[in-house]
Amino acid sequence: MEIWIKLWRIVTNSRLFWPLAALAVVLLFNFFYTKDFFVVEIKDGHFYGVLIDIVNRAAPLMLLAIGMTLVVATKGIDISVGSVIAISGAVAASLIGGNLEYVDGTQKLVTLVPMPVAIVAALAVTTLLGMWNGLLVARVGIQPIVATLILLVAGRGIAQLITQGQIITIYYTPFKFIGAGYLAGVPFTLFIVLLVFAVILYLLNKTALGLFIEAIGINSVASRFSGIHVSKYIFLAYAFSGFCAGVAGLIICSNVSSADGNNAGLFMELDAILAVALGGNSLDGGKFSLLGSVIGALVIQSITTSIYATGVPPEITLVVKAIVVICICLMQSTSFRTIIFARWGQKRGSVSESTTVKL
Amino acid sequence: MAETMLIAKGICKYFPGVKALTGVDFELKAGEIHCLMGENGAGKSTLIKVLTGVETLDGGEIFLEKRHIQPRSPQHAQQLGISTVYQEVNLCPNLSVAENIFIGREPRKIGRIDWKEINRRATALLIKMNLDIDVTQPLERYSVAIQQMVAIARALDISAKVLILDEPTSSLDAKEVEHLFSVIRKLKEHGMGILFVTHFIEQVYAVSDRITILRNGSLVGVYKTAELPRVQLIAKMLGRTFEEFNAGIKTKTQIAEVNEQECVFLQVRGLGSRGAIAPFDLTVQKGEILGLVGLLGSGRTETARMIFGLDKSDSGEIRIEGKRLKILSPANAIKQGLAFCPENRKTEGIIDNLSVRENIILALQAKLGWRKYIARKRQEEIADKYIALLSIKTSGKEQLVKNLSGGNQQKVILARWLITQPKLLILDEPTRGIDVGTKAEIQKLILQLAEEGMSVIFISSELDESIRCCDRLAVLRDRVKIAELAGEEIEEKVVMQTIAGV
Ligand SMILES: Nc1ncnc2c1ncn2[C@@H]1O[C@H](COP(=O)(O)OP(=O)(O)OP(=O)(O)O)[C@@H](O)[C@H]1O
Ligand SMILES: [Mg+2]
Repeated sequence: MEIWIKLWRIVTNSRLFWPLAALAVVLLFNFFYTKDFFVVEIKDGHFYGVLIDIVNRAAPLMLLAIGMTLVVATKGIDISVGSVIAISGAVAASLIGGNLEYVDGTQKLVTLVPMPVAIVAALAVTTLLGMWNGLLVARVGIQPIVATLILLVAGRGIAQLITQGQIITIYYTPFKFIGAGYLAGVPFTLFIVLLVFAVILYLLNKTALGLFIEAIGINSVASRFSGIHVSKYIFLAYAFSGFCAGVAGLIICSNVSSADGNNAGLFMELDAILAVALGGNSLDGGKFSLLGSVIGALVIQSITTSIYATGVPPEITLVVKAIVVICICLMQSTSFRTIIFARWGQKRGSVSESTTVKL
Repeated sequence: MAETMLIAKGICKYFPGVKALTGVDFELKAGEIHCLMGENGAGKSTLIKVLTGVETLDGGEIFLEKRHIQPRSPQHAQQLGISTVYQEVNLCPNLSVAENIFIGREPRKIGRIDWKEINRRATALLIKMNLDIDVTQPLERYSVAIQQMVAIARALDISAKVLILDEPTSSLDAKEVEHLFSVIRKLKEHGMGILFVTHFIEQVYAVSDRITILRNGSLVGVYKTAELPRVQLIAKMLGRTFEEFNAGIKTKTQIAEVNEQECVFLQVRGLGSRGAIAPFDLTVQKGEILGLVGLLGSGRTETARMIFGLDKSDSGEIRIEGKRLKILSPANAIKQGLAFCPENRKTEGIIDNLSVRENIILALQAKLGWRKYIARKRQEEIADKYIALLSIKTSGKEQLVKNLSGGNQQKVILARWLITQPKLLILDEPTRGIDVGTKAEIQKLILQLAEEGMSVIFISSELDESIRCCDRLAVLRDRVKIAELAGEEIEEKVVMQTIAGV
């Protein structure tokens, strides 16, 4: 008995337990209520199925969550990522252009500039915007939420400016591959996420970056006293968040083959912050788990997908989503669990109380 | 015999992997000043936290005036009549001094907070402690010592039956300590029971009636202060006999002579900043220990901060080994071989949610840069070595540093700087909150490092510590460097007179 309690404690104390538990609960729900949820088929050499769909659709959010995690770890927040997504799409789309030409009845692929140039330009612009946020926070010393609010508000205007107030539709089909293509039967977006995730994970664990970012988030004054270039790393975190939003923007733009300055990435900053929180990360900075945030993003996307799949009326989907999120947050809160389990324990005698309270 | 005020019986407190307290009995009488003594990590602060509801009891009972009590939180303990100053000043740095004193019990006028009254009463209260400062300023503007005084003032103003002070004097100098003592003696006459933790043996004998000694979380005994000789007190705390610190002085004077011809490491000319510190000159030779002495707020810390690039200077220059440099940030300073062990370990020192290992390697890693990550195995070796060298009491190198006792956290920060192998080590109150045994060890270590060629700038509120360790003293008053003392002049009376300016 003792050993099981101990084991249970070790398992529940591990950082990833609650995010994974949340994911499991959502998936379990779907197992019972959504038809064919777990079925994966192979059509034309591609994997198809709801699960694949979730992972594919969650890709932009996972990228945002990765960037956001680092920003949050430095005790900051970046609420501009939704707007940055719009700008990223706008830059790429306006460089590729919305030209549709037919030669002899077949479509001729035309771009204003070569596609790689457009992609690089979009990523460069968004990284620069991230740097702008970083500059405001790290050098000028504006509070993160205010500093990034500027770009949140101005960003959509900038996107409109770039697209000259129009929704640009891209007919250049190779561009579609980024957001809707398949590689080895698996959505290409997955490889993008994996690449970004792997590179950043490597950097955080094989260099001192992870240690520095955590130290800064926990106590920036003491970090400065210890000789860490605090403002440099905060700056880098925002720049990276901008870059991630840029990649996410490209995926979204490519997936729908158009750049909509008004609606692309709308409110996604909120989902990204939520993903970080659901991943078991403290929004107060310090210790963080990238994998947790990625799982958090998957949880959010699973909820969204299953709400649609179970046929919840569209007008109340957001309410349902909010309720689910609240439940998950409560489940993850230590103090809430303590209260619940203490009650529960009291009914069953004081012996179990003393053990459960310390969970 | 006075009646008992507070009794604790068979107190037990366990943390994962640590038995912080096992079956400790404690008794505090009305109208007595009772000292709680023990090495770093002996369990003093834990006992206080358990008594005041910060931590829950794992065993034992507490009685206040014969009534069984179970404090649930510090607020609850306060309502029961126990007023406490904890070891780490836990006030709100961005609130004003007056707000900090009255937070949670603000005087009101027609339902609204009466700010005038708050400020007036706060000023009066601090003047009683001989502290004349602007109470409307945010607390963070003031030094640790003043913050400590404010915390004490707050506790004193709460009318209580029991007053608990956990190392209240760790950053005060002699004069303020004297004031504090006269205040608590008065409270004692009014029948208050006072529990007092300190590592200063002299203070124990100056004020206390009885002493309770803890070692490794168990009770060693309770003694009348007058009947317990100092040597025995120390022996009981350490659990072994303790040779007085004596080797120091001799080696020190020898070094001073040898170094006269040696080259200068740091030369500061006309460095200053309006409002912070008047332009000053300073030289530190290789292998020399230079002390900065002066009263509270005389500018010792500011001087150190400026040299280390934490604060901007608006005049003057710094030369290191003859090369003229601009030191704009701590990172800059560290590259030049400087190190700075700050006085406020909670806000400027420890990264509380990181492990002991990570805290120890942090400055070295910062010096190496993010690319040259120290291999995990090497990190562990370093941590193990310094945990042993400074006898840091921890359940392991992966323990979070916030779970260490105050004195042991201080040692972690010291270790952090020692491993960067600095050429000039600036120590601001390095032995703050460190027990007698370890203090001597650390002083010895500093002297030994100086002998090996490291320069040291040493700041301490304990005059005799400065006198014992330093080759030269720079005296500051009101943010101006007023004198330098060397050789024969480093002697208590001369130094005191220079500081006081008579
Ligand atoms: N939250 C905690 N988790 C784990 N261990 C703890 C915790 N708090 C205290 N300890 C351990 O309990 C022991 C007693 O610590 P305590 O702070 O009471 O010492 P102390 O006597 O006040 O020492 P000091 O003179 O350094 O302040 C130490 O070994 C410390 O590491
Ligand atoms: Mg203590």
